[in-house]
Amino acid sequence: MSDESIKLTGTTLTVIALHVDRLSSSLLFDQLAEKVDQAPQFFYQSPIVIDLGDIHPDNIAIDLSALITHCRNIGLRPMAYKNVHEAMEVQQLALPVLASSSKDIQLEQPEKETIVTQTVTEERLISRPSKVITRPVRSGQQVYAEGTDLIVLAQVSEGSEVIADGNIHVYGALRGRALAGVKGDTNARIFCRQMSAELLAIAGNFLLSDSLDESLKNQAVQVSLDGERLITTLLT
Amino acid sequence: MAKIIVVTSGKGGVGKTTTSAAIGTGLALRGHKTIIIDFDVGLRNLDLIMGCERRVVYDFVNVINGESNLKQTMIKDKRVENLFILPASQTRDKDALSQEGVKRVLDELADDFEYIICDSPAGIEKGALMALYFADEAIVVTNPEVSSVRDSDRILGILQSKSRRAEEGLEPVKEHLVITRYNPARVNAGEMLSVADVEDILAIKLLGVIPESEAVLKASNQGEPVILNNESEAGQAYSDAISRLLGEERDHRFLEEQKKGFLKRLLGAK
Repeated sequence: MSDESIKLTGTTLTVIALHVDRLSSSLLFDQLAEKVDQAPQFFYQSPIVIDLGDIHPDNIAIDLSALITHCRNIGLRPMAYKNVHEAMEVQQLALPVLASSSKDIQLEQPEKETIVTQTVTEERLISRPSKVITRPVRSGQQVYAEGTDLIVLAQVSEGSEVIADGNIHVYGALRGRALAGVKGDTNARIFCRQMSAELLAIAGNFLLSDSLDESLKNQAVQVSLDGERLITTLLT
Repeated sequence: MAKIIVVTSGKGGVGKTTTSAAIGTGLALRGHKTIIIDFDVGLRNLDLIMGCERRVVYDFVNVINGESNLKQTMIKDKRVENLFILPASQTRDKDALSQEGVKRVLDELADDFEYIICDSPAGIEKGALMALYFADEAIVVTNPEVSSVRDSDRILGILQSKSRRAEEGLEPVKEHLVITRYNPARVNAGEMLSVADVEDILAIKLLGVIPESEAVLKASNQGEPVILNNESEAGQAYSDAISRLLGEERDHRFLEEQKKGFLKRLLGAK
């Protein structure tokens, strides 16, 4: 039986490398903050390695401590330096210096894609109250209910557009265009009291007024999506 | 404190200037001090319809630029007491109008007058926007015809979103519908939209229906607002509209096809 409580092994890490080529603080900090904002969950408490290899030998008088503090403030965890120029004074900063390696894996693309999907799911879980419009939507106007349903308690005039991420209810005449589920919700529906729409669309699949069944004109109708086809049924 | 009423439509040629002239004259006839302002810079018509084109010295743009004062620019109507006209410039264009300039003029007029009628140009660009911006009430003139109705709907949307009252969150502009060039015979023949059709699409209160009338063309050419012609149907319809604007109840006349008697048809009267 072994008495060992610790073990030392070799390991390879994939870590984000922050390449810095100019250290004029304001520009650097703004750009860094912008990048982090694009995928906050991904970057939060992420260990990073600060790669100083791109810095021109003439610009080596840099304030590394300010950089480290700033990184920590926006949630990054600098853990080491890389590609340090001999003349740079990094001893005071208590971060190890890694041996140079020419292998840097491109992290950008794949990581970003994963993150985008996650963000969308989270948004849809947030429930927002429906957007209610009480006055007629006039020709040329556009109403967009973001992340929720749209309820219109008046008519929707010809030449106007009512758009929603969720369902659309028009308790009046629908004469303009109605686009439901615009962020891809295939379960979204359109309901109206008087159907004379110019165009109907659910999750990007559309139906023109031309193709609307004659028997449904000016009736109370609901529109839903079946596969890629829009189905219109009378509301009784 | 004056009430500012804009006469607008979106579509051109539907009867805005005719209506502005008639409404302005009608209000003045009832004893209210009224001024009609022509906002159609570069294409002025109000002075022709009012019959004062030979008395125009200065214009609205001159006043805005400080080149003349209101007293020098306003033209007093020769026929009707209490009625004044502020003509537009013919040589300049809409860019000569500025919001601060228009506001200054309207503020100055507001002290003196009871009603300020703003005759809007056609369209939804600067001239029309300037005319409707300061309005308290709006008269939307529409022909019973699909393109006119759609354009009127558009201008209603703009009134709801781009007027001063909308921007400052005040009580919204009060909207009135005037249908012009109405021909009951054609409505019955299914060639023209009916009053009910237009009301259904626009959903605003009907102020008046002005029947198609030869008297209107005659009135323009003579420079006499049609409301002064008491025998014409159009003149009478405008009179009714004034009454309704002032809060009185009036039935809508001239909506039915009138069967002309043999003698009438023989003599060709209208």
